Amino acid sequence: MAVELTVAEVRHVARLARLELSAEESVHVAGQLSAILDHVEAVRALDLEGIPATSHPLELVNVLRADEVRPCLTREEVLGGAPAVEDGRFAVPRILGETP
Amino acid sequence: MSGAGGPRPGAEGLSDAASIASRVRSGELRAADVAEQVLGDVESRDAELHCFNLVTGEAMRAAAAEVDRLVATGADPGPLAGVPVALKDNLCTKGVPTTCSSRMLEGWSPPYDATVVRRLVAAGALVVGKTNLDEFAMGSSTENSAFGPTRNPWDTGRVPGGSSGGSAAAVAAGFAALALGSDTGGSIRQPAALCGVVGIKPTYGLVSRYGLVAFASSLDQVGPFATTVADAALLLETIAGHDEMDSTSLGGPVPRLTEALRSGVDGLRVGVVRDFLADASADCVAAVRNGADVLSRAGASVEDVALPELLHGLSAYYLIAPAEASSNLARYDGVRYGLRVDGEDVEQMNARTRAAGFGPEVRRRIMLGTYVLSAGYYDAYYAQAQRVRTLVARAFARAYEHVDVLLAPTAPSVAFPLGAKTEDPLEMYLADLFTIPSNLAGHPAMSVPFALDGQGLPVGVQVLAPALGEVAMLRAGVALESGATPGARGPVRPGAVV
Repeated sequence: MAVELTVAEVRHVARLARLELSAEESVHVAGQLSAILDHVEAVRALDLEGIPATSHPLELVNVLRADEVRPCLTREEVLGGAPAVEDGRFAVPRILGETP
Repeated sequence: MSGAGGPRPGAEGLSDAASIASRVRSGELRAADVAEQVLGDVESRDAELHCFNLVTGEAMRAAAAEVDRLVATGADPGPLAGVPVALKDNLCTKGVPTTCSSRMLEGWSPPYDATVVRRLVAAGALVVGKTNLDEFAMGSSTENSAFGPTRNPWDTGRVPGGSSGGSAAAVAAGFAALALGSDTGGSIRQPAALCGVVGIKPTYGLVSRYGLVAFASSLDQVGPFATTVADAALLLETIAGHDEMDSTSLGGPVPRLTEALRSGVDGLRVGVVRDFLADASADCVAAVRNGADVLSRAGASVEDVALPELLHGLSAYYLIAPAEASSNLARYDGVRYGLRVDGEDVEQMNARTRAAGFGPEVRRRIMLGTYVLSAGYYDAYYAQAQRVRTLVARAFARAYEHVDVLLAPTAPSVAFPLGAKTEDPLEMYLADLFTIPSNLAGHPAMSVPFALDGQGLPVGVQVLAPALGEVAMLRAGVALESGATPGARGPVRPGAVV
């Protein structure tokens, strides 16, 4: 069974991933992703009933440190790499769609 | 000038970290002289190779002066005193640009050092600079760098492998005795093989990931490059060990790695992964068979093992790694650091920033990962891939009931020409077929330069071991090294071989 990702599906995925995508690139990417998914079809076809999933190589438990005040990066250091800063905070364009 | 491969005349002392450190510590060699020689060499030869995104010459001179001062006052300058080290440019360096070879982070300087960087500096190492990589470590040739490819020092028409191609090539070119890379699906071992140097992916959790820019967090591991197995073990011992800044860092003592180098392989049980041999070139298969013979003659027992499940690892990896990457790379949103491209609102700013900042392979993997995690596909792809991960781990466990280490090709072929695989992502992904299973299982594995093919290009042999099996792995690695074809390992002059 050949996997065919549609351009509409690719545009949906790009929206979810917050990636602007031209119409031309959507077509190109649809072909490439389809080829990759087609290659991994064999994995989908494996009968793995009863095999548990592994999400991580280690037997992990949550690691928590003691809740103690200790030195950390200053506000200036944290904001130092930001593209836009205002009044000691990260500045972003408007979030809601309404006009002022 | 040397007209053939092999160590460069007069520079042997700079090819071996252990002897540099020993000579600097005794006062016989000044760290300042090491720094000047390296910086001069990089200045004259790296324009062609492009191992480095950034050379930190002034900081290197200052570090060398400090080492020399400590030696002069009789203080301990550290086990890596005066040793030039190159850092993959996805390791955070405080106040020094860290780009991941991406437009997204161009010009950004982290506010802190990665733990491995701190440990190196504390050990007296001299950081030469930041090395080129496939953007965000996604690739197998270093051609996905936004700043242009790195060239293989053995043949500048060929790739160095990737994603840690800059680090592997820097060691192969003799620019640094040691380098750090990161390995998510083979990104240390494959370039090590293609560049004729030693590369180790340690057990997951043995080395701190704090300050390693995340790609796929359940697979990523920092590890060493060197020209000798002994140097690689020395570097791994220096960077390994618990770090409270990494919640996946293992507790417990670090295995005594450098001691393993003297134990030999008498009685070591070695399995050859038969299932990998059909997909490797004749030269790569011959290297594995000859490597097995070397180990056998040195007292190891050798048998073929069948592990067909490992071949499913590639497909599982190319679902799991993009899924984790799509989540990890969500942080590049034009708000807190890196590039911003303005938009009418936040969502448009995010989308424009990410389209402009990420290259094609990174965008492709983010979309692939987003797709396999999206509603309706999660179980069919992502959850199924995680079950394959269990299958791979069980196959390894079955093998390690009978053998101590496994032997396999590192890569399916020697270094390929630039541009040979850039048009077909799948073809590039296949370069990782033999390295991926160790990442899925969290196991250590290393590539040892072992042979030369008919064109004089290096061929690596891979040694795989179970979790925390570094000692057995290094025992086999040293034995392979001692039986390797003369001239099969770096450093080399660029273009000297072909």
